[in-house]
Amino acid sequence: MAAPTLEVRNLRTHFFTRAGVVRAVDDVSFTVERGKVLGLVGESGSGKTVTGFSVIGLVDPPGRIVGGQILFQGRDLAKATEAEMRDLRGNRIAMIFQDPMMTLNPVLRIDTQMIETVLAHKKVSHEQARQRARDTLGMVGIPSPDERLKSYPHQFSGGMRQRVAIAIALLHEPDLIVADEPTTALDVTIQGQILAEVQKLAQTTGTSLIWITHDLSVVAGLADDIAVMYAGRVVEHGAVSDVLDRPLHPYTAGLIGSVPSRNKRGEPLRQIPGMTPSLLSLPPGCAFRSRCPRAAEACLAEPEINEILPGREVRCFRPLTETAEQAA
Amino acid sequence: MAVYLVRRLMQALLVVLAMSIIVFVGVYAIGDPVEILISPDADQLERERAIRALGLDLPLWQQYLVFLTNALQGDLGRSFVFNEPALKLILQRMPATLELAFGAMFLSILIGLPLGLYAGLRPNSAASKTIMAGSILGFSLPTFWVGLMLIMVFAVQLGWLPSTGRGETCSVLGFIGLQPCSAGLQWSWLTGDGLAHMVMPAINLALFKISLVIRLTRAGVRETMLMDYVKFARAKGLSASRVTFVHVFKNILIPVVTVVGLELGSTIAFSVVTESVFAWPGMGKLIIDSINVLDRPVIVAYLMIIVMMFITINLVVDLTYSLLDPRVRLENKGT
Repeated sequence: MAAPTLEVRNLRTHFFTRAGVVRAVDDVSFTVERGKVLGLVGESGSGKTVTGFSVIGLVDPPGRIVGGQILFQGRDLAKATEAEMRDLRGNRIAMIFQDPMMTLNPVLRIDTQMIETVLAHKKVSHEQARQRARDTLGMVGIPSPDERLKSYPHQFSGGMRQRVAIAIALLHEPDLIVADEPTTALDVTIQGQILAEVQKLAQTTGTSLIWITHDLSVVAGLADDIAVMYAGRVVEHGAVSDVLDRPLHPYTAGLIGSVPSRNKRGEPLRQIPGMTPSLLSLPPGCAFRSRCPRAAEACLAEPEINEILPGREVRCFRPLTETAEQAA
Repeated sequence: MAVYLVRRLMQALLVVLAMSIIVFVGVYAIGDPVEILISPDADQLERERAIRALGLDLPLWQQYLVFLTNALQGDLGRSFVFNEPALKLILQRMPATLELAFGAMFLSILIGLPLGLYAGLRPNSAASKTIMAGSILGFSLPTFWVGLMLIMVFAVQLGWLPSTGRGETCSVLGFIGLQPCSAGLQWSWLTGDGLAHMVMPAINLALFKISLVIRLTRAGVRETMLMDYVKFARAKGLSASRVTFVHVFKNILIPVVTVVGLELGSTIAFSVVTESVFAWPGMGKLIIDSINVLDRPVIVAYLMIIVMMFITINLVVDLTYSLLDPRVRLENKGT
């Protein structure tokens, strides 16, 4: 089997603010194989977006990567220079942002914004760049791309803008796309179309995807693997069907329990009590302890992430394994 | 576009008409020029003759109608003091003020934009903090004092630059050799000596505007740099200079253009302090003198010209918006 597209090892990205050091990403590891989709799941503030920005090298001060490796096709991006990163960005690694209303520059035409991306990485003529832009727009399902190239972003709907953003990400057929909640701001039907589109494109081009979201139902249909983040750490990592069917970490179980489903009609939705703790003042021990129904003495110590079942990694002293279930 | 322009011109006409009434009534209310113009020794007969000659015996509304009828034929009245057409008096002084104002505007953009851009991109560097501190000085130092200091240092102590006056002047046609320099509207910037005379007053006038442009640009850059589309532009692998000069720059120009436009108008209209300090024979000096002797036709004509100038500048600013920001649709405005 070929080397994975991306291997993140013990990544730490901290923000050095006046109020103290915020450990937005603290010891995060995961792997994305070629052509596979990793769902990065967590609540707001769990560090999933910062993880994405770390991979593409766009963590802005006061934040910086303080430790770990980001191996992209065997090359450590945490040590790459800005010029090397610029070469990769938009070319081999692309990113799609959350809010399509904000990602396109309002005062530049679509063609300008697409052609500049082509020309940033390929020595081709302006005309060839335009053709590439037009073809890619057609590929993501934008009708009459020739005309649309001459439009400004405000002349597009939200869903169309996200398609344009996706087209820009696809211009150079990247090996990896970091998608930061790209469907959150869209309505459900458009979301469905975009998901199907992206899945098809990833399969045909062999592109790997990191799909950042808080929506488990999106991950269920799209991802191959899933990494659940809580307070800057991965608390559970495994194949998507395993994790969703039989969560091991109480937090994952809580997240799944809080998704509305047809089987529980009429019942109040379960929710995880409490809030995500402030990353500035994390309590010692397991960060989820104060909200965890299974918390015990042992949880006062720092849990490590361990492979407790084949292919199932979890950061918990009291995981929801069969035996633990019986004991409880 | 054409519809928009016509509509804007109609609006402009209405504004000019309204302003003419306000100005006329306002100036009428200030006081009676007769008291100042006619010697106190004059007897009743002389006084009445003078009043009739100046048209001051008619009721206000008739005076206004006379003014309006003449104005429509391009005659804004004759100066009581110089006994020359007010328009001619003002136009003679206009080049001096215009070149000073445009010179100052040019300086403020040339210096203010790059400094503001730098301060916005590197907000924490020592150079940026110096720039921002300097801009506070530019805001708060009184114009007349800076002018006097400039004269003291560069004209008196160092003797590098002339202190007062416009120096040698030339007309545009004269400059390209089609007619003698002395014919037509006279400009200082067309001669070396004139340029040397312009330097200090232009800097004096520009200081406040430079500070303004610096602060506006910096604020714009800092705000725009946080926008998702800037991050997205960087995520596309664009060079830092392309992100700054295309993606950021075009977005910050809109507030800068607005303020520079308004500032240009007020500089032309009210650069009187600088003109006085440097004895620059511009319109500002003329209007102050005219107000002192209540030379009504000149005051009214001056204010009318200023109103039209502001209207023109605002129109140009609005047209520039539509060039800068595709979301501005001119056709929909003013409805």
